[in-house]
Amino acid sequence: MKASAFTYHKPNSLDEALGLLESEEEAKILAGGQSLMPMLNMRFVQPETIVDVNGLKELSTISFTDRVEVGSLVRQKTLATDRIIEQHLPVMREALKWVGHFQTQSRGTIGGSLCHLDPASELPMVALLYDAELQVASKSGERVIPIQEWGLAYMMPSIGPDELLTKIFIKPWEKPYGFGFQEFARRHGDFAIAAVGCLLKLKNGIITDIALSIGGVEDVPRRFIECEEELRGANYDIDEIKQRIITPLDKINYLDDSLVTGSYRHKLLKGLLVRAIEQAVTRANSV
Amino acid sequence: MGVRQIGARVHRVEDENLIRGEGKYLDDIQLPNMVYAAFLRSSMAHAKISITDIEAAQSLPGVKAVFTYDTLPSSLVSKTQLETYPAPIIKQSMLPDLLANDEVAHVGQAIAMVIASSRHIAEDACELIQVDYKALTPVVDVLEAAKPNSQLTHSSLKDNIAASIETKFGNVETAFAECEDSIELSFKQHRGGCHSMECRGVLGDWQQQLGELTLYSSTQCPYLVRRMVSRQMGCPESSIRVIAPDVGGGFGPKAGYYPEETLIAIASKELRQPVKWSEDRKEHFTSTNQQRDQFWNLKVGFKNNGEITAISGHVSHDSGAFLNYGLLLSATTLMPLPGPYKIKNVHVTLDAIYTNTVSTSPVRGAGRPNAAYAMDRVIDAVARHLGIDPAEMRQINLVKNEDFPYQPGSKHRNGSMMTYDSGDYTGMLAMVKEMADYDGFRQQQKEARANGKYLGIGLACFIEDTGMGPYEGVNVRIDVTGNVIASTGATSQGQGHATVISQVIAENLDIDISKIRVEAGDTGKFPHGIGAIGSRTGVNVGISANDAASQVKTKALKLASILLEKSEDELELSDGAVRVRSDSNQFITLADLALQLSPAVAGKLPKGFETAGLEAVSYQTTDYMPHSSGANIAKVEVDVVTGGIKILDYYVVHDCGRILNPMIVDGQIIGGVVHGIGNAMFEQMVYDEAGNPMTTNYGDYLLPLASEMPEIHVAHIETPSPANPMGLKGAGEGGTIPAIGAMINAIEDALTPFDAYVAQYPVTPEYILDLVDGKQVAAE
Amino acid sequence: MQEQIVQMHVNGKPVSGKVEARTHLGDFLRQAVGLTGTHLGCEHGVCGACTVIVDGDAVRSCLMLAVQADNCEVTTIEGIAEDNGSLHPLQEAFRNNHALQCGFCTAGMITSLYAFLSENPNRSDDEIREAISGNICRCTGYQGIVSAAKEAATKMAKVRN
Repeated sequence: MKASAFTYHKPNSLDEALGLLESEEEAKILAGGQSLMPMLNMRFVQPETIVDVNGLKELSTISFTDRVEVGSLVRQKTLATDRIIEQHLPVMREALKWVGHFQTQSRGTIGGSLCHLDPASELPMVALLYDAELQVASKSGERVIPIQEWGLAYMMPSIGPDELLTKIFIKPWEKPYGFGFQEFARRHGDFAIAAVGCLLKLKNGIITDIALSIGGVEDVPRRFIECEEELRGANYDIDEIKQRIITPLDKINYLDDSLVTGSYRHKLLKGLLVRAIEQAVTRANSV
Repeated sequence: MGVRQIGARVHRVEDENLIRGEGKYLDDIQLPNMVYAAFLRSSMAHAKISITDIEAAQSLPGVKAVFTYDTLPSSLVSKTQLETYPAPIIKQSMLPDLLANDEVAHVGQAIAMVIASSRHIAEDACELIQVDYKALTPVVDVLEAAKPNSQLTHSSLKDNIAASIETKFGNVETAFAECEDSIELSFKQHRGGCHSMECRGVLGDWQQQLGELTLYSSTQCPYLVRRMVSRQMGCPESSIRVIAPDVGGGFGPKAGYYPEETLIAIASKELRQPVKWSEDRKEHFTSTNQQRDQFWNLKVGFKNNGEITAISGHVSHDSGAFLNYGLLLSATTLMPLPGPYKIKNVHVTLDAIYTNTVSTSPVRGAGRPNAAYAMDRVIDAVARHLGIDPAEMRQINLVKNEDFPYQPGSKHRNGSMMTYDSGDYTGMLAMVKEMADYDGFRQQQKEARANGKYLGIGLACFIEDTGMGPYEGVNVRIDVTGNVIASTGATSQGQGHATVISQVIAENLDIDISKIRVEAGDTGKFPHGIGAIGSRTGVNVGISANDAASQVKTKALKLASILLEKSEDELELSDGAVRVRSDSNQFITLADLALQLSPAVAGKLPKGFETAGLEAVSYQTTDYMPHSSGANIAKVEVDVVTGGIKILDYYVVHDCGRILNPMIVDGQIIGGVVHGIGNAMFEQMVYDEAGNPMTTNYGDYLLPLASEMPEIHVAHIETPSPANPMGLKGAGEGGTIPAIGAMINAIEDALTPFDAYVAQYPVTPEYILDLVDGKQVAAE
Repeated sequence: MQEQIVQMHVNGKPVSGKVEARTHLGDFLRQAVGLTGTHLGCEHGVCGACTVIVDGDAVRSCLMLAVQADNCEVTTIEGIAEDNGSLHPLQEAFRNNHALQCGFCTAGMITSLYAFLSENPNRSDDEIREAISGNICRCTGYQGIVSAAKEAATKMAKVRN
């Protein structure tokens, strides 16, 4: 289980990195390496060139103006302890409890999670809840991609081979609101079989606004808009909620593989969705 | 001095190096001029193959050699793996070619071996070898393979049945005719692989000028490896030294002999340089033996008071592609029936069946967990049928204290009648119930259910035949510095053998443990050995070390008596010297005594001493096997929304006779329980219909982690075994054997409101939800 | 074959070597530096046996290229003991609590716990279990390791204060 040979570049500036991505064929970007390295060791991927972006310090910061700006190289460990994140994006910290182990969080980056785009990945689910915008750069310039347009297909983000994800812009919800994050994996730190993120506002027992994201159940994590539509404006009554989510849940084309069937994912997602909403409602009521 | 050693919680002598990172495992050994091996392994489960190009691989810079079946040296006695455990009852014995010749029978079977200056390059070269596969229909499912018209797993077979065996005693026909009621039950048992954290590995160092091979192997059985490599290569055993260095766990599959051990030896001999192969984790999933599937169909006859009178049935056992461990796993599956329960009429048959999957061989417990599981599921099924509490049901059927020594009627695989030597099965049941507050939990369970929480409690009682012979010898020698060298054939993979051997010797010789050095796992240091399997080492090595040390003591006293001119009665051995009891100034040190017995040139041995050295060797043996036993309770909570299972607590009462080191025994038990929990809940080796293994990494194949494991509460009773002079019984597998049964019984108990029957393990969350939804899913 | 020179401090000592870019840090430490206490159990980042400490963080050395550790401070199991050679409280506690059997996972367990408890020694049983859930042990059932972590944490907390 040793990686095949590759040429290694470690650019010291964004410009240099983008130059390499433009000039090198078949280059793979190495950020935290917590997904790429196993694939290299197992020879599932055998790139000609590795561009290690860990030297790009300009992509390692978190700041807040009217929105949270997270550099793509910010490590999961930093996200889990950062004050800005804690204050403005509490559900991210909640979600990070489910992400791997502390030894992988010390290397893993938010950009890596977004670009690897595992179906069960939690950080894209958080970005989806807030309608994050992703800034990618290439030699020919920058563009901003709404997160809803990011995931094209199974582990395939909307990013070109010469582009690098540089920043994630997240506009926090106006308080007060509640949040919930529910996930089920068989062991701590495993990839989710299903996961649900939820933000909601409650006024006089009515769900006035809601955002839901789901992971693990389809090829790409996504916003669960059909379900949000069912629930926005609904009375918060758990039996009523359970009724309203049936149709949206039925319409999902669940992942079905040799280890986990679609029908189980369906049942599980239903249970987690209810729990995530309940969790968010509890928090909405407590603020 | 005079400190009690045997039975004391002595810290391990092994630990100092290991906690500093100074252990020496196979892959840590670097020899000058060493090169590295990698294997090209079959990507298909069943195919005719021909190798069409090895030149590209051969000409890659850094590559030293490429071996295929055709290019293996003709000096080999056989290019096919020789039988390790031949038995007349084997109908069709399939063993792999050392490198596949023209047919492969499972994904992962070795096709070619590349030797290169680095492992990276060796793997690069493997990718350049061209193999032409012509697909044959694979047979993956063991029940499918058992059918008379099944496709064949190997072209040369008549059918897929390797052997049919049975256990039979009493008279089941009459017993069923006379019983008051009967039920039938079926279940699938699945056990995964060993997954020692260190994979296998072999390092061959052929010394041409000496005509000798030193073979390092991460093995449980260096003497078996020596024998097999010697037979395979056609060179005398005396020219091969096998060393098992620090071994990072074994758990069964490292007890076998594998083709790589001969292949690496050959490569080193051909290249005249050391060759190392370290199995990587991906290879471990496809080339190290696993345990996998057994399908059980049982019929149980009983009286309405709960007394079980008869069991009959059949087991379909997946042997995988080859029978490279003989029938040991199959035989050990049937042999323990009916466990600790007094059931007089038993007839269970077993077919060992080939499939196009990785070969199977014992994993911790070796069939005993399967037998124990079968019995504990039988007990719970009958209890449920009759409406008797499962604990009460066990009380009714357990062998009672007045029955010992008890002969159930079955035979051990060594041919002797199984005899349960001693124990207190009902006492342990009562004890574990009390520890777990069994009755209180039943009340808690009732209340929880009313709140939509599903708690369950599960029991399991078991016996384990341990300490299997023929022997594990120990030589105890005191050298002229007064230090003790204990050499033994017993090999350790982390069980702490060196510590317990040292304890036994230290107590006998009244010497500090730090003065004892244990040499083990090296055929060059001790001539004979069997291997660390079947919870046998503590017993065999314990009694041999005890005997050898006591012989040394006798010798020391005898010699001291001459030298000090005192009768032996007036002497005592303490703190490294033989002393005159009445006068502490009169003594002679063990070092001086040793010197007397190892005289310099022209010296002579004292009168009456025919053998040199203050030393003795012992091969204590017993064919009457000590039976360990125990009672376990698992408590779980099942989440009927996710199918998740939380293990709340786990309780063990265990009896391994006289305990040598309680700390080590507890470690064995707790680790073993967790292995069993892994089998019950997590570990699953999945193959698709084409025979492709689907779980070949630790993200898909789930080993138990700290985060899901409960606190395991362990208590002991000690009923000394009359089968050996020290009263010892084995402890290495007693944690694992009952754990699956306790877990599944607990899970099923939690799902009582859903009238669920658990027909297979591991139980996935998905399976749980199917049960909750009222789907009684047959084992598949 | 492209080889690069890497330099780093390992257990406080400067080391340098020439490696292929594809060489992961674990292989570099074991083969080039000769520190074989770091073990490779899976090489895909799950078992945790190869955990080392890089610039204060516990990381999987199989998931980091050796070239990425250029100019870093690396601590391996061989560097955990005190400067005078006496055992670190974690090492002592591992022995006292029978927290190891075969010893293969031990280096990763100790380095993980070293990083985890150095950051904050006041941890609950559940937190400790969660912290070592990225390290697989096949022998012990984890119980001794949790006990060892607690014993060591008490000592480490005293040293901190």
